[in-house]
Amino acid sequence: MSRRVGIEVSIAVAEAVRLADVDVVAAYPITPQTHIIEHISELIATGQLDANFIPVESEHAAMSCCCGSSAAGARTFTSSSSQGLLLMSEVLFIPGPLRLPIVMVVADRALSAPINIWNDHQDIMSQRDIGWIQTFAQNGQEAFDLTLHAFRVAEDRRVSLPMIVTIDGFILSHVIEPVKLLTQEEVNQYLPPFKPRYRLDPKRPITMGPVGIPEVYTEAKVAHNEALKASKKVILQGWKEFADLFGRQYHPVETYRSEDADILLVTMGSISETAIGAVDAMRDRGQKVGLARILLWRPFPGPEFRRATRGAKALAVVDRCLPPGATSGPVGTELRSLFYKVPGAPKIFNFIAGLGGRDVRVKHLEEMVDKTMAYIKRRPKELYEVIGAHEK
Amino acid sequence: MISEFEKFKKFKAKTLPEEEFLASGHRACQGCGEVLALRMIMKALGKNVIICMATGCMEIITTPYPQTAWKVPWIHITFENAASVASGIESALKVLRRKGKVPKRHIDIVAIGGDGATSDIGLGWISGALERGHDFTYICLDNEAYMNTGAQRSSCTPYGAMTSTTPIGEKGSGQVTWKKNMPAIAVAHGIPYVATASPAYFLDLMNKVKKAALVKGPTYVHVYAPCPTGWGFAPERSIELARLVVETKAFPLYEVIEGHYIMSRKISKAKPIQEYLRGQRRFRHLSEEQVSYIQRRVDAEYEKLIKLSEMK
Ligand SMILES: Cc1ncc(C[n+]2csc(CCOP(=O)(O)OP(=O)(O)O)c2C)c(N)n1
Ligand code: SF4
Ligand SMILES: [Mg+2]
Repeated sequence: MSRRVGIEVSIAVAEAVRLADVDVVAAYPITPQTHIIEHISELIATGQLDANFIPVESEHAAMSCCCGSSAAGARTFTSSSSQGLLLMSEVLFIPGPLRLPIVMVVADRALSAPINIWNDHQDIMSQRDIGWIQTFAQNGQEAFDLTLHAFRVAEDRRVSLPMIVTIDGFILSHVIEPVKLLTQEEVNQYLPPFKPRYRLDPKRPITMGPVGIPEVYTEAKVAHNEALKASKKVILQGWKEFADLFGRQYHPVETYRSEDADILLVTMGSISETAIGAVDAMRDRGQKVGLARILLWRPFPGPEFRRATRGAKALAVVDRCLPPGATSGPVGTELRSLFYKVPGAPKIFNFIAGLGGRDVRVKHLEEMVDKTMAYIKRRPKELYEVIGAHEK
Repeated sequence: MISEFEKFKKFKAKTLPEEEFLASGHRACQGCGEVLALRMIMKALGKNVIICMATGCMEIITTPYPQTAWKVPWIHITFENAASVASGIESALKVLRRKGKVPKRHIDIVAIGGDGATSDIGLGWISGALERGHDFTYICLDNEAYMNTGAQRSSCTPYGAMTSTTPIGEKGSGQVTWKKNMPAIAVAHGIPYVATASPAYFLDLMNKVKKAALVKGPTYVHVYAPCPTGWGFAPERSIELARLVVETKAFPLYEVIEGHYIMSRKISKAKPIQEYLRGQRRFRHLSEEQVSYIQRRVDAEYEKLIKLSEMK
């Protein structure tokens, strides 16, 4: 039977990696990802996990090793954050088209400059278009469950794509939370052994990563994109079966008190739990406010998001990333594009908050909702605004 | 002495393997020294191998999808990371064998990159892989510049050579630095086997590659490879230059077995460096002064090597 324990979320992730009986882990330390890879190293050193840990010299090398390992047919895991994720960036675009199902947990952290180790979503948002499946956990339980789900989906032969589970640095990675850990028997029921579609084998030689001349490049890109879009079916199946086995059901867009809401906060990651508190407080005051949380970010669940927000007059979209010079934050832009000229679409207002570890509290979320109410009547001058920044 | 060498049988001209693992019909230029070397390297390695290749001429000319010249499993990820990709494959196969998920059969893992991929952009990746002790071989195909992007200088470009980023003019007289000693950097990692080779001595090249593959642990082979297109010489002179560079002592052939230098070919009566430089467009502008500097430095570097080989 699964047991509920108080556990640091990074350790819960490492436990999921152990239960997945991963073969190869190649990783380079960076705060706040460190506890994940330290604990995995410990599991290997104590014989609890039979895997090879490659202590690489950089994150670029980590992802390069992962590509080689996955291409050789091994179940492969890594983890990174912030500057490390960016150092990987060149390689991150490659396992998608090469159909290498690497699983990575990203413990989100701000980007330099100024150097800052605390949480926001700038790192992962800068890697939005790498062509990986990307999910966002809101708490420790999800971090654990989604990590196992990631192996199951990524390695499914219909998918065969790399997958990222995002957890907020410190706010999740370093916090002790109650988590129901699954047993090995339970995980074995859910996660079949990795049987790669292709692997490097002298008995059946293949060429992986050839030159894509203009006559074939577009087709290769389209094929990858189609595979990513089609993965949604398997992602949903993976969650359905998870619920059937273990009772916890996940959806691409999770909602809270949204049915009759006029205004929906839109969030991703751990801030969503704060948002639940804000919604409750506002509901107590008679405000018709709810929450839509994006759990599946890539492939973007357009129809599910539209359905989840149907009937709302306006969306207060929270971005934890400030793209300089852009029209709005990445989530704001995504949703504006999703709803462009859709009849009956909610109005979209974009708020940027919680950069580099700045706390986002209930009062900030309430401020966003209040502003949204005002903006429904009178359009704001700007397409987004930063909440919680000190005046000059 | 390395025990794996007990199994080693030298290649002989009469008993060369007939099978080709790098098919003809690839798109290399005529007289390409890299592809000539690569063909013999593949003959030496045989079919039980996985090749990890860096971006560069050899990657481009062998795999314009849907065609491939490779009859063995081959992977390319980026320009600088072939050694890391090899590390990942080697680690994966080790653990998969241990867990009984793949047959116990040994497979040689070989990473191949140009001089740019090796001595410049990929140096850190190679250092990491050598230091971690993966059982793999790294082969550098050194045509002394970034040929794939149009013959820009690398840190392996020889002193004085004209490249597209070391052009000749009122204030430019070609490469101003001496060639980076990549084999010495490999040796400094304390790895069991390092060697240099030239396609003009193709049996020597094949034997070294085979030995490198046999050795358990990381090994490094640095292969000189003339490039008619980038250097400006007639394609039929490729092998001639590959021989002259050795006979003039500019590219000595040696092995470093467990730290001990062994000269493969001692040059007692060296030809003057001018014989090698002559007829290459990249050296056409050299002043007498520059040539005599090259001669002095080549002799001095060779002496250092001889001293190393005489150390017990
Ligand atoms: C990160 C990165 N920087 C630059 C390039 C462009 N580039 C591709 S191949 C190459 C030069 C290759 O030179 P070398 O390694 O010597 O191989 P050669 O083509 O000479 O065989 C360069 C600069 C690249 N592909 N990736
Ligand atoms: S440019 Fe030089 S190295 Fe590249 S294919 Fe042509 S001859 Fe070979
Ligand atoms: Mg080169």
